[in-house]
Amino acid sequence: MHLDVTLVLFLSFIAITLGITAWASRRSGSSASFFAANRQITAWQNGIAVAGDYMSAASFLGIAGLIAFFGYDGFMYSVGWLVAYLTVLLIVAEPLRNAGKYTMADVLAYRLNPRPVRAMASISTLTVSTFYMIAQMVGAGALVALLLKGSHISYTTAVTGVGILMIVYVVFGGMLATTWVQIIKAVLLMGGTILLSILVLAHFHFSLVEFFRAISQVSYHSADGKLVVKDFMTPGLRFKPPYGPLELISLGMALIFGTAGLPHILVRFYTVPDAKTARHSVVWAMVIIGSFYIMTTFLGFGAATIVGRDFIAKNGGNNMSAPLLAKMVAGDVFFAFISAIAFATILAVVAGLTISASTSFAHDVWTNVIHAGVERSPGEERLVARIAAFVVGAIAIAIAIVLGPTANVAFLVALAFAVAASANLPVIVFSIYWKRFNTSGAVCGLLFGLLASIILILIGPSVMGIDAVTVVGPARHAIQHAPIFPLENPGLLSIPIGFAAALLGTLLGAKDPHSVQRFEELEVRANTGLGSERATAA
Amino acid sequence: MATLPRANDDSRWEKTGAAKFGAEKSKWDRVEEMDEFRLLLLAKKEFVIPMTVFFVVYYFALPVLVGYAPEFMSRKVLGPVNLAYLFALSQFFVAWGIAFAYVRVARKFDKFGAHILETLKREGYDLNQAGKRGL
Repeated sequence: MHLDVTLVLFLSFIAITLGITAWASRRSGSSASFFAANRQITAWQNGIAVAGDYMSAASFLGIAGLIAFFGYDGFMYSVGWLVAYLTVLLIVAEPLRNAGKYTMADVLAYRLNPRPVRAMASISTLTVSTFYMIAQMVGAGALVALLLKGSHISYTTAVTGVGILMIVYVVFGGMLATTWVQIIKAVLLMGGTILLSILVLAHFHFSLVEFFRAISQVSYHSADGKLVVKDFMTPGLRFKPPYGPLELISLGMALIFGTAGLPHILVRFYTVPDAKTARHSVVWAMVIIGSFYIMTTFLGFGAATIVGRDFIAKNGGNNMSAPLLAKMVAGDVFFAFISAIAFATILAVVAGLTISASTSFAHDVWTNVIHAGVERSPGEERLVARIAAFVVGAIAIAIAIVLGPTANVAFLVALAFAVAASANLPVIVFSIYWKRFNTSGAVCGLLFGLLASIILILIGPSVMGIDAVTVVGPARHAIQHAPIFPLENPGLLSIPIGFAAALLGTLLGAKDPHSVQRFEELEVRANTGLGSERATAA
Repeated sequence: MATLPRANDDSRWEKTGAAKFGAEKSKWDRVEEMDEFRLLLLAKKEFVIPMTVFFVVYYFALPVLVGYAPEFMSRKVLGPVNLAYLFALSQFFVAWGIAFAYVRVARKFDKFGAHILETLKREGYDLNQAGKRGL
């Protein structure tokens, strides 16, 4: 029964979003409309869209699952996802809106030698976006296998379907369609989460005391078959010494410094008319994102107490915690509703990633690096972006299918955040705030931040490890050797490396009077909005 | 700012070179030398730097305390709720608090900005002309 309901709900979501795409396609006749929705998105709309762009399946299913299995340590994840927006609000959003046009690289190219910095910034953007996209798509396919068990939809069909939809949204509807897909998804996700939280509270007779009492006595069977009772409010069930605390700090650094360097989040601030609207939209996003992550308390601990770890482990594993909770408290139809929301969640995020990747390729690489900043024919940049969206989407579909549903992709998300924090953020911050900053500093910062993140992941426990001979398939580590770097999140080391490389590259490079002079112009522009890109008529 | 007519369309962005606006350097320099602009930068700094330091320290206190003092953080302080959870929850409200405080202070920044642009306009500068961009 729930299969039909899930499909009907999901098909309605697809129908509505395709309708929006058709409407948006008639309004994306210029570059400003295709890449930036004519910069006419309002503060609340952009705030909701940022939330929809940001809250991925990892948040909805992943964090609920971590809390259901490890209690408090899972909730630790939730905190960083909101606090990260203070970096966006206080440091990046407004200057970026005032100084740039379509991409993150615009801000760097304003005062530095545009070709090398755009090329490097684009490599970094494409790395972050594609890795994040592959992680989301493998997640989408695996989710289908779990949620629609018994239907005829296979992993490959699901991945291809998600891929084709995201390409259609972006190619035909541009930023306007992407924005509205994200808004609808965020509203659905919030609606589902609020409803589920209320149902969990109802289960405990709307008594928080009763709820938290239950959390302090969660029973389940441990790996050796013994029944254990644990206080799930106690920290340390997952992050244990010696490296646990460092892992938490490293993860926190990647979130706090990485969110403000995620290209698909940054491009959202070009869709609003001015810096003031950008600021207000961040606050809207913070209200929504914060409320959502606080409610992971009810989703996660609710699953731990009402469904129980044993049952979840036998019925699909920790990612199924939230859907199983929905089934337990409100039956099959609600399970179907939550499952449909999980798909919508993935679609909105991958659409955002696709548009930021293709915009960066078209605007940074094609127009500015290869053709010296000149569009050879009207609409060339849009055409290239559409082709790039198609290519990026096709590559992501192919890789996700090759990797298969059981691939360990969590490290790809860690990698995306690490690159954003170690490569992108240092050069964005130095470009906006440091007069002496120069081109060699930007290139070094981007290059070493990117390399440090990738190398530390490759020599870390996600890739390296010694498995027993019985461990086969995707669970087996790619390199059978004890990990050289002990943490799964490289931020603790890669972020300082990124900042140091940008700093040293600047100081070792020649003084650039050109960059200093332009800095003054950038400072005026970033702080007053003088000369910034304006909203255009639809 | 909202009263400004729409400016530079796409073609201008793409074709604008330093040479084209080489003579027009004074608009930016004029703002740079305004006392009001210096005050604006100072006011921003006075809010943003301490707040950033505060939220970074407050945030990282959570993983540090939870990671290295788990017994202390496990103390029940409010019925069945322990210090670790309350501290984590407080992060959300602190973040919201800083965000709302920033929006309040930023109204002053907007006033400064609008005033600077008005002065510039009164002095006869063309605000719509694009600047020299690094393209």
